[in-house]
Amino acid sequence: MTASAAVPVLRVVDLSLRYLTRGGEVKAVQDVNFELAQGEALGLVGESGCGKTSVANCLMRLLPDNAQLVAGQVFLDGQDILPLSEDQIREYRWQRIAMVFQAAMNALDPVYKVGQQVVEAIEAHGVEPTLSLARERVAGLFRMVGLDPALMDRYPHEFSGGMRQRAVIAMALACDPRVIIADEPTTALDVIVQDRILRELKGIQQRLHMAIIYISHDIAVVAEVTDRIGVMYAGRLVEYGPTAAVFRAPLHPYTAALMGSFPSIAGEKRVLANLSGEPPNLIDPPSGCPFHPRCLHATDVCRQEIPPRVERGDQWADCWHPLEAAPALEPADNGGT
Amino acid sequence: MEANQPHTPPAAAEGLVSVSGLTRQFPVGRSLFRRATSFIHAVDDVSFQLNAGDSLGLVGESGCGKTTVGKLLVKLLEPTSGRITYRLPGLDGAAGQENAPLEASAIIGRQLRTFRRQVQMIFQDPYESMNPRRTIYDTIAEPLAVQGMGTVLDRVDMVSEILMLVGLTPPATFLFRHPHELSGGQRQRVAIARALVVEPAFVVADEPTSMLDVSSRTGIMNLMQQLAHGLGIAYLYVTHDLAVARYMCHRIAVMYLGKIVELAETEELLRNPLHPYTRALLSAVPVPNPEYRREPPSIVGDLTAPIDPPERCRFFDRCPLATHYCRDNPHPAFEEKAPGHWVACYEV
Ligand SMILES: Nc1ncnc2c1ncn2[C@@H]1O[C@H](COP(=O)(O)OP(=O)(O)OP(=O)(O)O)[C@@H](O)[C@H]1O
Ligand SMILES: Nc1ncnc2c1ncn2[C@@H]1O[C@H](COP(=O)(O)OP(=O)(O)OP(=O)(O)O)[C@@H](O)[C@H]1O
Ligand code: SF4
Ligand code: SF4
Ligand SMILES: [Mg+2]
Ligand SMILES: [Mg+2]
Repeated sequence: MTASAAVPVLRVVDLSLRYLTRGGEVKAVQDVNFELAQGEALGLVGESGCGKTSVANCLMRLLPDNAQLVAGQVFLDGQDILPLSEDQIREYRWQRIAMVFQAAMNALDPVYKVGQQVVEAIEAHGVEPTLSLARERVAGLFRMVGLDPALMDRYPHEFSGGMRQRAVIAMALACDPRVIIADEPTTALDVIVQDRILRELKGIQQRLHMAIIYISHDIAVVAEVTDRIGVMYAGRLVEYGPTAAVFRAPLHPYTAALMGSFPSIAGEKRVLANLSGEPPNLIDPPSGCPFHPRCLHATDVCRQEIPPRVERGDQWADCWHPLEAAPALEPADNGGT
Repeated sequence: MEANQPHTPPAAAEGLVSVSGLTRQFPVGRSLFRRATSFIHAVDDVSFQLNAGDSLGLVGESGCGKTTVGKLLVKLLEPTSGRITYRLPGLDGAAGQENAPLEASAIIGRQLRTFRRQVQMIFQDPYESMNPRRTIYDTIAEPLAVQGMGTVLDRVDMVSEILMLVGLTPPATFLFRHPHELSGGQRQRVAIARALVVEPAFVVADEPTSMLDVSSRTGIMNLMQQLAHGLGIAYLYVTHDLAVARYMCHRIAVMYLGKIVELAETEELLRNPLHPYTRALLSAVPVPNPEYRREPPSIVGDLTAPIDPPERCRFFDRCPLATHYCRDNPHPAFEEKAPGHWVACYEV
């Protein structure tokens, strides 16, 4: 899917975010830049704790008290939303940009019926003129995510983990936003329900020309549903490009490591390669390229200086020694050694 | 990580944990003035057993009853009917004999404290085992304190060590944070650390690594397997990720609407799935290749909840192989179709 050359729906410029903790400042997002066009699906991947949810929270402008925006702009339809007042942002949040939270269980209020919570979201934004239309809309959303509309009148504790996750997806879709951020939206779902939800999301995305950001640790899901992929490491976006191109020939050694260690149910059972070394300490990140302590290609310059950007077509990476184009991955046994 | 423990078929002598005919129903539509007239059959006549060092994967559709099975096993829920027995270190059997099987319902009072050490659950939602006002150190050290393990000074070391093992390094940067100051996957690893730090005999792990990338997850899976080999910890491992089940579990049980419909050794199940639901499940696993287009899984109809389900096969409404015989007869018996390979289906 190629994007129209028009103004991107979402443009993130030089975004940096820190959290203040007793142990020091956690540099969770560092100089992140990317753009997303209408109707495009972006996958954001990277190791646990690398800053994916933090980027998403900036886009929603939902930041915890100890967060500090150091720099950057987030343009939604050309408007920078970071300086907006809390009242102004309300017109954007949920209607223009919505999010499926990673902690689905936490996004639901335990004392209200699940359906009621979605109905209220719709009423609050004046999407449907009457209560019965709002209820009807929610029933439709429930059906779409594979929940019986009869479940609207039940409480969150009566839902299984995956049922709650699907309810939260329904909630994010409630106001037909232009951009949806789905933070690990299918972690609690079996593969059949996941397959169905991903197909539904793809359908809506194409119908409504919506942009979607999938945050996922599941490389296979990202491969199947996204047009573009962004790889994060230690708070930085280290590689970005069309999904097919990045899978075919990653430039950044970290991207290659991420893709090489995927366990599979097909082919011979392999001993899983662990990315050796420890995850980076974001309070005191490594000098130069943050990946250098774990990188097989690291040299002195990597240890001392921030790597430059290298480009190959639409794809780019920040690396001193980018990888050469390699042969395509075999689907059955793509393996690290 | 090869499966290298011998395992027993469901009907062998009583193991570390034995479950037979386990059933749990939840009332629906109950209110102050109205008794429930309908029931969700969340877990319906489930039987299996686990020996020390064993690991059984539990997979199945969202809402099929996996978490409910787990909560029944750790005594967070009472069964409607059926029987669970344990043979746990430090828990004496009914006749006061050491290591004789003990009924779950008989574990009360002083025995319950030992039980709470020997049997741990890693919750699907890591927030469930965490108090938002407590630091990570307090969260992990609490079970040690309750069980009287180690001195206060020892505990700092024990907590730091387990944080390292689950990949939260350097530990000092995490000890005094609160749960909301962690990423999703970091929170999940704290929940794992809390369950493993007391060196239990049996762990119910409910989607413990669902939010972790492959690299962090591999570290955790290796840790859990080392503990299985070294300490003989047995796992019931709930997961929707069959690749994870493949690495972690000797056997896999597939559930559908409250029933176990297939159970076999892991490689056998993946190579030779017999039940039509298992087959659909395997065909829906995404492929890490953007140029490959998978067919939609061969399963019809919509997810259903097991509210007062009819007697017949639970999979009937969605089964591509269903016959008139399936429609007119009760849910098929769970039978051993090949050595160690159990299936409930008339058509295999
Ligand atoms: N409120 C907070 N206070 C302090 N540190 C935080 C806070 N929220 C997140 N962090 C830290 O910031 C880093 C980035 O966290 P973030 O939640 O963005 O990671 P993530 O990429 O979404 O990880 P995961 O895949 O595990 O969810 C992590 O190291 C985390 O410990
Ligand atoms: N406390 C409860 N009250 C009423 N119904 C419940 C309760 N707990 C679970 N249920 C119902 O029991 C069924 C099984 O739920 P369970 O949480 O065991 O599913 P699960 O297999 O763990 O699903 P998931 O993979 O989505 O977490 C579901 O239909 C759920 O709605
Ligand atoms: S800059 Fe150097 S250390 Fe960093 S990824 Fe590239 S080769 Fe590795
Ligand atoms: S018993 Fe019949 S309906 Fe049930 S799974 Fe087998 S073929 Fe399908
Ligand atoms: Mg996250
Ligand atoms: Mg569950």
